[in-house]
Amino acid sequence: MTSLIVRAATRLLVGLLLLFSIWMLLRGHNEPGGGFIGGLIGATGFILYAVAHGSKAAREALRLDPRSIAVGGLGLALLAGVAGFLPGDGLFAGQWLFIGATETDKGTPLSTILLFDLGVYLVVLGSVLALVFALEEEV
Amino acid sequence: MADDGTDRRFLGGPAGWISILLPFGLFLWFAQHIPAVAGGAVLRWDVEWIPSLGVTLGILLDGLSLSFALLISGIGALVTLYSASYLGGHPHYVRFVCYLMAFMTGMLGLVLSDNLLALFVFWEVTTVSSYLLIGFNADEAKSRRNALQALVVTGTGGLAFLAGIVLIGTAAGTFSISAIEGSLADHALYLPIFWLVIAGAFSKSAQFPLHFWLPNAMAAPTPVSAYLHSATMVKGGVYLLARMNPSLGGTDLWFWTLAIAGGFTAVFASVLAIRQTDIKQVLAYTTLMALGTLVLFIGVGTDYALEAAMAFLLVHSFYKAALFLMIGVVDHGTGTRDATVLRGLGRAMPVTMLAAMLAAASMAGLPPLFGFVGKEFLYKAALGAPAMIWVTGCIFAASVLMFVAAGIAAWRPFTGPLAETPVEPHEGPWPMLAGPVLLSVLGLAFGLMPDWAEALVAPAATAVAGRPVEVDLYLFKEVNAAFVLSLVTFATGFVLYLLHGRLRSGLARFKPRFDPGWDRLMDGVAAGAAGLTGLIQTGRLRRYIFVTFLALGLSTAVAVWRAGLSPEIPPLDDLEVKHWSVLTFILAGALLTAFTNSRMTAVAALGVVGIGVALVFIIFGAPDVAITQLLVEVLQVVLVAVAMLKLPYLNHEYVKTVRGWDLLLAISIGAMTTVILLAVQAAPLDLELTAFFEEASAPLAFGRNIVNVILVDFRALDTFGEIAVVAVAALGAYALLKGVRRPSP
Amino acid sequence: MEFLVALMCGVMVAAAVYLMLARNVLRFLFGLILISNAANLLIFASGGLTPESPPLIEYGMDAPPEGVANALPQALVLTAIVIGFGLFAFALVLVYRAYQTMGTLDSDEMRLAEPEDRA
Repeated sequence: MTSLIVRAATRLLVGLLLLFSIWMLLRGHNEPGGGFIGGLIGATGFILYAVAHGSKAAREALRLDPRSIAVGGLGLALLAGVAGFLPGDGLFAGQWLFIGATETDKGTPLSTILLFDLGVYLVVLGSVLALVFALEEEV
Repeated sequence: MADDGTDRRFLGGPAGWISILLPFGLFLWFAQHIPAVAGGAVLRWDVEWIPSLGVTLGILLDGLSLSFALLISGIGALVTLYSASYLGGHPHYVRFVCYLMAFMTGMLGLVLSDNLLALFVFWEVTTVSSYLLIGFNADEAKSRRNALQALVVTGTGGLAFLAGIVLIGTAAGTFSISAIEGSLADHALYLPIFWLVIAGAFSKSAQFPLHFWLPNAMAAPTPVSAYLHSATMVKGGVYLLARMNPSLGGTDLWFWTLAIAGGFTAVFASVLAIRQTDIKQVLAYTTLMALGTLVLFIGVGTDYALEAAMAFLLVHSFYKAALFLMIGVVDHGTGTRDATVLRGLGRAMPVTMLAAMLAAASMAGLPPLFGFVGKEFLYKAALGAPAMIWVTGCIFAASVLMFVAAGIAAWRPFTGPLAETPVEPHEGPWPMLAGPVLLSVLGLAFGLMPDWAEALVAPAATAVAGRPVEVDLYLFKEVNAAFVLSLVTFATGFVLYLLHGRLRSGLARFKPRFDPGWDRLMDGVAAGAAGLTGLIQTGRLRRYIFVTFLALGLSTAVAVWRAGLSPEIPPLDDLEVKHWSVLTFILAGALLTAFTNSRMTAVAALGVVGIGVALVFIIFGAPDVAITQLLVEVLQVVLVAVAMLKLPYLNHEYVKTVRGWDLLLAISIGAMTTVILLAVQAAPLDLELTAFFEEASAPLAFGRNIVNVILVDFRALDTFGEIAVVAVAALGAYALLKGVRRPSP
Repeated sequence: MEFLVALMCGVMVAAAVYLMLARNVLRFLFGLILISNAANLLIFASGGLTPESPPLIEYGMDAPPEGVANALPQALVLTAIVIGFGLFAFALVLVYRAYQTMGTLDSDEMRLAEPEDRA
């Protein structure tokens, strides 16, 4: 498993997978993708890294404890939901901000929806990694 | 009172004096309402509790509930004062006080509630807290058993009562006691209501044949016995009967049931009382007698009878609480409660003797005590009652035996030559004496001035009767039949008292024993439960799963059959090669997983199935789902592969033995799935929601991927719940892996 | 194709039930995966099968073209897949831990918390 080729290739692959996962997350609102898929892809990237370099190295690369990521994502999603309250709308009502919008172009859209999807991404990423790392270390 | 707070430590610390002040304050609060209620007013306060169920926490203060409330809070204050000394040094004293306060709250709620459902809740509070109190000495098996017995008997009665309440609500259209108009006697539900309420009342007030738990409940500490079994809990059933008398009373059934059960309990219990040697047990059985008497006279239901019952209620509470507390002092001062041992304590315990003599004289019905007034009225009412012979006979026999019991409990132990006792006899401390002295002096005061008691007895009797009742209590007016009967009672009682030693040994052969039967019943229940558990819960996972799937299959089959679902086989002409290949993938993968012997083959076959499913998603326009499916498939394989490193191989005998029944069940459920899916597909599809999402996605939610917009915007709350589940599952699995200390396999 | 999907679901459920009735809890786990897949497929197929037109809206349009696939069951199934994965992972860890503690994968022999055998 841990041949030199695999180890060398993973460095590149993991970076690509992570980029890809974020791209999937961001484009999810308009094209196939989204938080679930992005989170799963991101998790795959780190698992690949763990397979090649061991879960200890993967944990170090991740920097944060995956459990914290999962719970943080849950909090972020909740925050995005509660933010719907603020302008007087209901819970989980989306709030949008279009930066630099003109007549013809809607500019760069930022929204609580994106925040929520990011929360989903983090929960999936964190949960899967927490599981896989723990299982790998225990077995 | 003891609330001056000068010697707090002596009174059991904060727990002690709070528990003394609380009932005392309540007593004063209730007492201030005496003039209004005596004047015929009915006070009420309403608090909405569960508006949707129509449960109002109505407080109803009429003569009946005020009498009870005064007894509960007043005797409560004396009992807690007593306990502070009796149990003040007990390691669990605070716990005891909490139980006692919970009980008092329940009891007050019970008598003050106007709503039957609220009443029932408080009823159960008293059941549970009395269980805790009776079983307070929890390290004794006997104590635990007797507490459980009381709980089961009164709890079962409580369930019956609840059913009765529901029926009353149906019959009367209201749960508010004061709103029940007229009598329910002519209602079609009267019979079931009657028996259910009777079951509740008789179990709580220990009427024959549900009486056996009460003497056993004497396992409780003495203050508990004095409180629960004189003034309060056991009178809960009496209260209920009195309260329901206007609605349920007045029928022949009511009269005969209450008269026979009450009369029989009264006589039966007083005979058993004579037989006891433990003075506390003597008192327990005389409590049964008093309860029987009350039930009997509520059943009789004439003005005189209700008046007598309410007067006797007060009489009994005074002397019985005093005597119970007294026997606690004696027990404390001598180390024994055995009537055959105790003699001549008068010199060593003069105050106790005074209280005991006064209370016992009231119990024996001697003038000029309140007990005499009470007994005169019982006789007067009995002589005018329907079924006069039975009622009078019962009450005469019970009164005679009560006289004897009073002698055994309070005369004999204090007179004559001093006998050897385990502890050198000494007087109790003042907090323990305050209660008995006060209560017995009250018995004397009310006897000399019966007019005082009228203020409570008259409105109480009015409330029970449901019509105005004139009450005129007096100590002595003229020589009439009741007075003569009293004299005969004293004479007979005196003779029997002189003979009571022989009487006791004679009665010792007469042993109605309910406890072995009870124990057998409980053992039977336990054995039955164990047998049933053994039958249903074999401890074999696959049996449970089999039963679950069988039930699922059968219920679905019935539903399919009832709905008349007709699966149609759609045309197969548009099928392409890719469709057939997906089918082949999935069928092969599923069957291989089911029948392989190799773990790795199974995992690979599962992967094939998963990819096949993903292909279906791709073919039918679901790229998001397909991507997710593929990724999850990859992760599943990773997880299984990691776990497999430490798990054993599958057993190889597996394939040789085809499990016929399992296979049959599996095929049936699979076939049913196919049938249902075909039927669903044949039915027209409701696309209203989908249409909304399609229209609203871009203009409202600024998203062009409708699936994702649904997930993160329209149904974001659902999604939030789902990711929470994922996070919890992961954390749970993490804890299983890392958190548990691993025992050596 | 509806018929073929129905057939797939039926066979998957049958295989899954047969696996779940086995004594070996690892087989039970395989059955669990299989029945999750079957359930997802069933929900998806119940919402109608529309070939090759995902529920996406063209750039600049307000609504998807006529006849795109039903988006609602897709959203349901998507989360169901992820949850199913969570369930599977938890069950797998449970099986693993059970084997560590009891030294067997045979559910009939896992009797730590059971009364004496009455069968």
